Amino acid sequence: MDTSPPGIKPRLAVHKFASCDGCQLTFLNMGETLLQLADMVELVHFAEAGPVAPDADVDIAFIEGSVTTEHDLERIRQIRSHSGFIVAFGACATAGGIQALRNFADAAEWVSAVYASPEYIDSLATSTPMSDHITVDLEIWGCPPNRDQVLGAIRAWLYGTLPAQSQDKVCMECKRQQAVCVLVARGMPCMGPVTQTGCGALCPSFGRGCYSCYGPAEALNTDSLCGWFEGLGLLPADITRQFRHVSNSAPQFRDAAANIIATDAGHGH
Amino acid sequence: MDDGLSQQPRYFLPRQSFQSLIDQLTLQGFGCVGPVVRDAAIVFDQLRSVSELPQGTRDRQEPGYYRLENSESPRWFSWANGPQALKPYLFPSREVLWEGSVDEDGSLSFKERITEPQPLAVLGVRACDLAALAIHDAHFLNGPSPDAHYARRREQLFLVAVHCSHPASTCFCVSTGDGPAPTCGYDMALAELDEGFIIDAGSERGKRILDQLPLVEVSAEQLDQAGRELDAAQKAQTRELPDGPLNRILFQNLDHPRWDDVAERCLACGNCTSVCPTCFCASENDVPSLDGLTSEHSREWSSCFTEGHSFISGQAIRPDIRTRYRQWLTHKLGSWIDQYGRSGCVGCGRCIAWCPVGIDLTEEVGAICKDASHD
Ligand code: SF4
Ligand code: SF4
Ligand code: SF4
Ligand code: SF4
Repeated sequence: MDTSPPGIKPRLAVHKFASCDGCQLTFLNMGETLLQLADMVELVHFAEAGPVAPDADVDIAFIEGSVTTEHDLERIRQIRSHSGFIVAFGACATAGGIQALRNFADAAEWVSAVYASPEYIDSLATSTPMSDHITVDLEIWGCPPNRDQVLGAIRAWLYGTLPAQSQDKVCMECKRQQAVCVLVARGMPCMGPVTQTGCGALCPSFGRGCYSCYGPAEALNTDSLCGWFEGLGLLPADITRQFRHVSNSAPQFRDAAANIIATDAGHGH
Repeated sequence: MDDGLSQQPRYFLPRQSFQSLIDQLTLQGFGCVGPVVRDAAIVFDQLRSVSELPQGTRDRQEPGYYRLENSESPRWFSWANGPQALKPYLFPSREVLWEGSVDEDGSLSFKERITEPQPLAVLGVRACDLAALAIHDAHFLNGPSPDAHYARRREQLFLVAVHCSHPASTCFCVSTGDGPAPTCGYDMALAELDEGFIIDAGSERGKRILDQLPLVEVSAEQLDQAGRELDAAQKAQTRELPDGPLNRILFQNLDHPRWDDVAERCLACGNCTSVCPTCFCASENDVPSLDGLTSEHSREWSSCFTEGHSFISGQAIRPDIRTRYRQWLTHKLGSWIDQYGRSGCVGCGRCIAWCPVGIDLTEEVGAICKDASHD
């Protein structure tokens, strides 16, 4: 993949869309490793770290954030046209982020409720992932993704391969960490059995249920988990909320929540 | 008649002297690990003082359910088990096996990453844990290429077993023939009574430690009491595995409708295989450094419930939950017999309690065997 002539460093950009900047911090928090990285690649555009050249040609671009405005749409198409390899990283860029909750609401109504002067707000009714609009070469899920994933992706790209990514469930890592299962030992709802690993089972290690920051795992059985949650005494609205978290608009979670709402409506009336 | 208790000379260690066992082991250079309450469960952790032991703690276990309860009992071992067995100590969930590097002249070199483990004494090991350990020994040590990492840790291990007097509802070691009394494979075994422990040594090392303890004679009444408790523990178990050649039955019923039924409930989360003390599957990965000059080769716990477990030539040959659950059960209770001469299940019940949706393998295999035809 590294097509640059010998002696010339690959050019890297980090772009921000609708997001909290947390994914970019994954780069900034690398400390000395970031200096090593800066030796190996040329940081062409990374506004949060200094260099600004959003329209420059680059070999690899990391995209943080989701598409929420017309302007975002133009920008991402523009970026696609002058970037070799595009990595969408983080829950916003891969699934629309927490702000995609607007996809299930009346966005205009929210805008008028939240802003003093709604007429200044010009945003789309939805928050959508990059893959809805452009061809994405690699997705790194997570809120935020961890540094090993980001470095692993860059290393693999430099080798001309794709990084090894696991879609195993958080439960696998939870047990590797010797965390005690909060679902079994405390009856706490946990999304670990339907969420892909990457976080190191952070929340269960601290006695909390998983929030699905890393999005859906493979081989999902959301129906069974919902049924068990119901048995724990959760109401349909509570179960819906489990799926409408950080990765709410990932198709599998969006459908699971819709399913619960539909089933509940069928029962209720 | 065999009362299930060891035939070694037995002594009595009064409760107030139990600290001397921890002290002796520490003095002999062992790091001590024992049961402690952490995060609403009984887990093995570093043990320095008897005050850290779970006094009066009981565990209530059901499919998908584990809760601790307190009682007035002075006992430290009146519970069945927690989510871990010995597995994490001998077969860590993640470890670097070797590393590779590009040398100055461009050539490659490889170095094994072997660490010298500290001698470890584990207090509170159950009969099912010992049976599982024997299975792991067969897997990791007795093959054509023994696992050096496992072997080092195994050599350093000192095991203080405890008789089970309070099995959980999920336990079925009587049915698998692995408990509730430890019969071999330990350095020292304890049967707990309110006032202290009936104790015996199972090895020369165990005997040497035993000789240092302030032991008193064990009374006939105490032996009777322990025998009665063991008997009650056996009778309290309600779950069991079906009789019959499970390897044949399971493999002749690969299309049984029960596999579809369980696939509707199973999450393919791998919790069962992770808590199972005999499961040994791991994946191996290489993690290169950013500059690409060094690389670490590590292994971590995996499971037949993952996609990677059956990923061959660009696709997973067990793509769905049905075939993955079937792999777990047919290996654990079936082909394991052909591989290791016995079933891979020691009846600890962990996979039942720690399954987030309460799937009970005894029920699943029971349903398949009930109306199964086989020759
Ligand atoms: S706490 Fe959550 S992630 Fe951990 S094993 Fe239980 S269900 Fe899975
Ligand atoms: S299969 Fe289940 S009951 Fe049997 S040894 Fe494994 S965890 Fe224990
Ligand atoms: S194949 Fe499955 S059941 Fe068999 S040892 Fe591996 S994880 Fe356990
Ligand atoms: S049987 Fe239970 S613990 Fe095992 S993979 Fe299925 S849901 Fe998870």
